[in-house]
Amino acid sequence: MTNSVLWTPLVFGLIGLFLPKRLTGWWATLGAGVTLALAIALLAGFDSGAAGLQDTVDVEWIPGLGVDYSLGIDGLNVFLVLLTAVLWTGGTAFAAFREQERPHLFFLMMLLGETATMGAFLAQDLLLFVLFFDLMLVPFYFLFGAWGSDREGGPTASAATLKMIVYTLIGSLLMLVAAIATAIIAADGGHVTFSIAELAQRPLGEGSQRWIFWFFAAAFLVKMPAFLLHGWMPDAYRAAPLPALAVFSGVLAKVGAYGFLRVVLPLFPDATIEFQEVVLVIALASILYGSVMAFTQTNVRLVAGYSSVAQLGFITAGIFALRADGSDGAILQMVNHGLVVAPLFVIVALLAERSGTEDLREMGGMAARAPVLAALFLIVTLATLAMPGSANFIGEFYILNGLFQAKIVFALVAITGVAMSAYYALRLYQRTMHNRKAEGIESREIGWRDGVVLAPLVLCILALALYPQLVLQRTDKSVTQAVAAVSNEQPPATLAKR
Amino acid sequence: MNFNAPDIDYAGLSPVLALTAAVCVVLLTAVFKPLRRTAPALTLVSLATTAGLLIWQRNESVDLVAGALRLDDLAISISLIAILMAAATVLLSIREPAVEESGSGEYHALLLGSVLGMTLLAQAQNLVSFFVAIETLSIPLYILCATNLRREESLESGLKYLIIGSLGSATLLYGMAFIYGGSGSTDFAGIATTIGKEGVLGDPLILVGIAMTAVGLAFKTSIAPFHQWTPDVYQGAPTPITGFMAVATKAAAFAVFVRFFDVALAPESGDWQAPLAVLAAISIVVGNVGALRQSSLKRLLGYSGVAQAGYILGGLVVASEAGVNALVFYLSAYAFMNLAAFAVVVARERETAYGDDIRAIEGLGAERPLLAWPLTIAMLGLAGLPATAGFIGKLYLIEALVAGDYTWLAVFIAVGTMISLAYYLPVVAAMWMRPGEAAAPAIAGASPEADPIDPEAGRRIYLLAPALLAAAAVIFFGIIPQPLVDFAEHAGSALF
Repeated sequence: MTNSVLWTPLVFGLIGLFLPKRLTGWWATLGAGVTLALAIALLAGFDSGAAGLQDTVDVEWIPGLGVDYSLGIDGLNVFLVLLTAVLWTGGTAFAAFREQERPHLFFLMMLLGETATMGAFLAQDLLLFVLFFDLMLVPFYFLFGAWGSDREGGPTASAATLKMIVYTLIGSLLMLVAAIATAIIAADGGHVTFSIAELAQRPLGEGSQRWIFWFFAAAFLVKMPAFLLHGWMPDAYRAAPLPALAVFSGVLAKVGAYGFLRVVLPLFPDATIEFQEVVLVIALASILYGSVMAFTQTNVRLVAGYSSVAQLGFITAGIFALRADGSDGAILQMVNHGLVVAPLFVIVALLAERSGTEDLREMGGMAARAPVLAALFLIVTLATLAMPGSANFIGEFYILNGLFQAKIVFALVAITGVAMSAYYALRLYQRTMHNRKAEGIESREIGWRDGVVLAPLVLCILALALYPQLVLQRTDKSVTQAVAAVSNEQPPATLAKR
Repeated sequence: MNFNAPDIDYAGLSPVLALTAAVCVVLLTAVFKPLRRTAPALTLVSLATTAGLLIWQRNESVDLVAGALRLDDLAISISLIAILMAAATVLLSIREPAVEESGSGEYHALLLGSVLGMTLLAQAQNLVSFFVAIETLSIPLYILCATNLRREESLESGLKYLIIGSLGSATLLYGMAFIYGGSGSTDFAGIATTIGKEGVLGDPLILVGIAMTAVGLAFKTSIAPFHQWTPDVYQGAPTPITGFMAVATKAAAFAVFVRFFDVALAPESGDWQAPLAVLAAISIVVGNVGALRQSSLKRLLGYSGVAQAGYILGGLVVASEAGVNALVFYLSAYAFMNLAAFAVVVARERETAYGDDIRAIEGLGAERPLLAWPLTIAMLGLAGLPATAGFIGKLYLIEALVAGDYTWLAVFIAVGTMISLAYYLPVVAAMWMRPGEAAAPAIAGASPEADPIDPEAGRRIYLLAPALLAAAAVIFFGIIPQPLVDFAEHAGSALF
């Protein structure tokens, strides 16, 4: 099952090359849809009582180097796989409704991106994880560079994309060295293995853990991006084509946070404890910086982009509370944020079509004749600011709860982030939908095409708001196991017991 | 004392004999007018024969010619890479103006002569055969670089290569003389015995000899800071020859590099590892920084070759079997990646008036996907992105380096790779993210010296097939690397 979830998109993408141009988009959407169905089946077959890996695939890949092709799901990744499948279906459908230049290549790259992302989530071999983590960049390099828009007076799409690739690969390549070092040092002259589960059984010495920790952390923090490592984000976000940006922002950033849970906490527990506060400082700085930037940006994409920086800061803080409830909240929040930010970018696309601009100052009054669009947007907005009743609220609550019990000072600072998120989310909504309608802006209701894309995503937000236990129940066991090595709480997570 | 007639192992010598015969035969076709057009075909046949003979000798480890040569799996693997590149060069040279200028028979005979030198060099385990082989490989290349007689750059390239190559050879020879003086032996095994007994640090004669030999080899493999000739020579030489030099010369020189250091100097590996590691690091930095902002694709590939040589040298630095495996793996992957890239450059050179300038490939993605894909895959592979053989090669090297306690050099490889993205990816961007020229300036700048333009060159099978096959190999070995890993492991196990 894991195998088919992983490869279905790519297979559809390759077959799509041989179809006539006008069909490729639909074929790709079908591929993403089939993947979604498989992912749902995967979740249905998921045994929430078990903590270990399920549905594993384990084949020798390069025996000479000790690399295995091994996949598996557990509580950490099952919902991220589902999120990937959901968002890609939405993003691909959204793109299919619109005319694309060179559609064959576009949809091949979209689906290759899905396979690579799925691979990063599913991989249970450290090297396979690094491979897919790096592979994710290739399709997005093409998508952003070739279908992106050059900015007047700014960098061209390909330059902005190059910057993104160089930034993110800085981390990933160091991670490759670190991953190999981990395996070699752990093998200690014996049989080299990259299996994450086995490596967790053989912890490294503290000295090695220190530098290896930072090599991994660099890769993950750039990907998110965290404060100070976000330099690639504004240009890349401005250049990217929106369907690709929706999945990129919705899913790829989460791979970084997921990497902390999957790799860093279990494999480098000593270094994690040692550097807990450093990472928390970075996370809080991301929350504050991201929020403040989101207040002040006038480009709608960047409001969403910087809000992601803040949200990912929250997620990182949750993980680095080093408690089960913090990490539970982090996973829930990863899913939530993905479900919120992807529709947000779809809405950005719709707003841009109606106003011909992406500048907040020139927008306004678009709700007047578009009640359905306004309602959908409002739901997304309220979820973004973690309105009580939304799943985001639960996620943030868990995160803050974990953080309070671990490091109360950090928690107090993080709380301000919640308040600020209300400001930037509402500002975005009001400036675009309310206010006086500016010249040249059309208040047009959402068409059925875009509705078909947007409504299911919003439904997912609502469904999760009603039943967040769907996620929490299934993640808790694996999360407790993942943080076991670094957590000082006992008995484990009172909150998550219920 | 009994007199024994020398026992000649004809089976072991057969690849060398076949190539020697082929050089003569192909050269003779130049004399007989009706046979002139057969030179490329004959060359391909003889290369195939040699490859067959080499594969037949696989798993053998025999000393030949009184121990001057050693045919083992390292030699066979490297020779096969050289032969593959030579065969591709023959294809890429079809309708190459340089061939018509210099005469098909001569051109191909020189090419075969160079391959002969490479095959010998990969087997050399004696200072004398080492030097003879390296000259056999170099002298034909000096001439081949200058075969495009009507282009000033080509002549300049040949002359430059001749002068600097001779300087490298002279350094090498001088170093060898010192080593012989210090150890009293020209034989790698004999040198190892002396060094093992006395050490090198106490003997300035041998120490200087080793340093100069290393410098001479660094010239041949274009390792910085002995690389200055590379971009100029690469740019000026006929493009098929550039591709041949970039891979085959490097492969053969690395073979003897490995054999000399891992056999003759093996007892003192602790003393030469660190200096070589520094050399590798310098090469990685200089090559990658030099390649930035190059607009000529051949210069870019030249500088990239300097950086790649630095990575490859990392496999030697650790003086272990894993290191040699990684080195051979990387060389094989490097061969496929360069072949794909050079085939496309050749095609575009003939199609447009831009030569090897990056403008020649603008908009290629939309116009000619079949040409754009191989170059794209080559660039992604050279940059070490996943799902290409380049990624596995880097993985292999880094694993060997970390296991050999040279993690800092592994970090250098990672950093170098990051820099390299800044010049590999713009090539990809030029193909896919920029519109092509509206009207191909076929006439603009046409002068009597310019090579004729063939707008259909990129559709011809002899250019398209090498490009597509090499690109397919890059992807295939990136996903299913095991066959190439086996190939490399054979080579490594020959020495350790």
